Amino acid sequence: MIELSGLTKKYGETTVVDHVSAQIEPGGVVSIIGANGAGKSTALSMVARLVTMDDGSVFVDDHDVLNTPSDQLAKKLSILRQENTLTVRLTVRDLVGFGRFPHSKGRLRPEDTEHIDRALDYLNLTEFEDRYVDELSGGQRQRVFIAMVIAQDTDYVLLDEPLNNLDMKHSVEMMKLLRRMTHELGKTVILVIHDINFASCYSDRILAMKEGALVCQGTPEEIMQPDILRDIYDMDIRVEVINGHHVGMYYM
Amino acid sequence: MTPKSAALPVPNAIQQKRKRFVVRSVSPAMVTALIGALALVCIGLYLFLGLDANAAYVLPRRANRVFTMVLVAFCVGVSTVLFQTVTSNRILTPSIMGFDSLFMLIQTVLIFVIGTVGRTQLGTYPLFMLELGLMVLFAAIMYRWLFTGSGLSLHLVLLIGIVFGTLFRGISSLLQRLLDPSEFMVLQDSMFASFTGVDLGLLRISVAIIAAATIPLIVMRRRFDVLSLGRDTAISLGINHTRTVTTVLIVCSIFVGVCTALVGPITFFGLIVANLAYALCRTFRHAWILPISVLLGIVALVGGQLILERVFAFDTALSIVIEFCGGLLFLFLLLRGSIK
Repeated sequence: MIELSGLTKKYGETTVVDHVSAQIEPGGVVSIIGANGAGKSTALSMVARLVTMDDGSVFVDDHDVLNTPSDQLAKKLSILRQENTLTVRLTVRDLVGFGRFPHSKGRLRPEDTEHIDRALDYLNLTEFEDRYVDELSGGQRQRVFIAMVIAQDTDYVLLDEPLNNLDMKHSVEMMKLLRRMTHELGKTVILVIHDINFASCYSDRILAMKEGALVCQGTPEEIMQPDILRDIYDMDIRVEVINGHHVGMYYM
Repeated sequence: MTPKSAALPVPNAIQQKRKRFVVRSVSPAMVTALIGALALVCIGLYLFLGLDANAAYVLPRRANRVFTMVLVAFCVGVSTVLFQTVTSNRILTPSIMGFDSLFMLIQTVLIFVIGTVGRTQLGTYPLFMLELGLMVLFAAIMYRWLFTGSGLSLHLVLLIGIVFGTLFRGISSLLQRLLDPSEFMVLQDSMFASFTGVDLGLLRISVAIIAAATIPLIVMRRRFDVLSLGRDTAISLGINHTRTVTTVLIVCSIFVGVCTALVGPITFFGLIVANLAYALCRTFRHAWILPISVLLGIVALVGGQLILERVFAFDTALSIVIEFCGGLLFLFLLLRGSIK
């Protein structure tokens, strides 16, 4: 379980994340939604110790993120940020192999190689394993980074806008993949996402943030209500139920 | 991210084949062996070429020079590559960020404050240690915040480095104008890069310091490859980023300080060897990049000195040639837009 209590981040006078408290149960896909600048990414980054917190605490399975050595935490929790630009030239296999670093400390053992093989296979990347990452398309590159996270073999996977720069087809594939990871591999996937309909159709729980605060949380059908969405986004969104999924009609 | 145009499939495939062919055909081990052999040839020629009856007098002197150059090649190669790794770029070097101007400023201020008399009383070696200590202190304070999560763009960091460098040089030259002429003479010796006439005692101390400063690097060696993935990924993979980067920056400042004290400032040398090493060995692994850049540094320094001294019989300082070539490379890298 990931437990946030009173999590706060300030940049000068502006409070970006304002006393956020939440408990995220293990298992399933958890989406964090909210308008631009609502503090979603900052909150996620604080959970993953990429950004220092100004107040509050985060516990990951009873490990305090503030005090737990970084290499121990790396076996529990992994994060991918939006822009995965590399200054170095790596093959797909090399990059996925880095996922084993928390376990192998840089020296790959046979069991690490097995993990890498399985991760490549899981994302259908085996045929690309000798290609350079910068030669791949955006969708493929995103999959390579997910494969790295799978090789890292953490219970919690944090993703900051994984659908950024992906077209519709790749977005759907990515969300299906994340669901599959939670079912088959028992991961807990926590992602920041902009499209409420992807959040609604593929998540088990949704957390909604506004102006740094956590305004509501619940199952997709609890969140996908016109009055709640109006609170979160300050706009009127009609919600239709299609095949049991709640879909917000925000295009018009 | 590089925008992928909807390129025609055929030329793309050919391009990939060609790239792969290059990678496969020359392995990093072969590159290392070749450059290592070349370095040995340069050293051998430098030591033994034209040796006559005076060997007993000439040889130790030459050995001394070669050893200095090898030491400088080690410091510059390792510090530049690691600096570029922890700062996730291939264009900033400790020298471009003003590390060696900082060391010269410290030297100048110390001479200004304690004078030649104080310098004599203190002794050359304690003074050297004092200078290095101050260097590490200031470098740690000033550069740490730049590179541990301030998130500034590369262009801004580059600009800050150039401003720092200019500021340090400006203060140094102001103080030098205020110095007593005899004190200035003492200082002037250390202001221009020269690989000849290095004090033997200073060399011994430098070896000891560099050996000591290399120990933390050996301990951390497996983390370097992960660091080159960038800050966020490195943290996600369990690296204590702030501590590792700070350690690397401190070691870099020691290396640069020792080099500057030994031979004077050489701004673009690190840029040349590091970028040549990346281009030649085509791997991201520091296990190859570091030795190759050191070996390239040895070839450039010893080979360059050999050609200048013996072939052209010039007394021209090698550093001028290096700065010229390095400056051109720097402009080329900037114009090619290889910085992100």
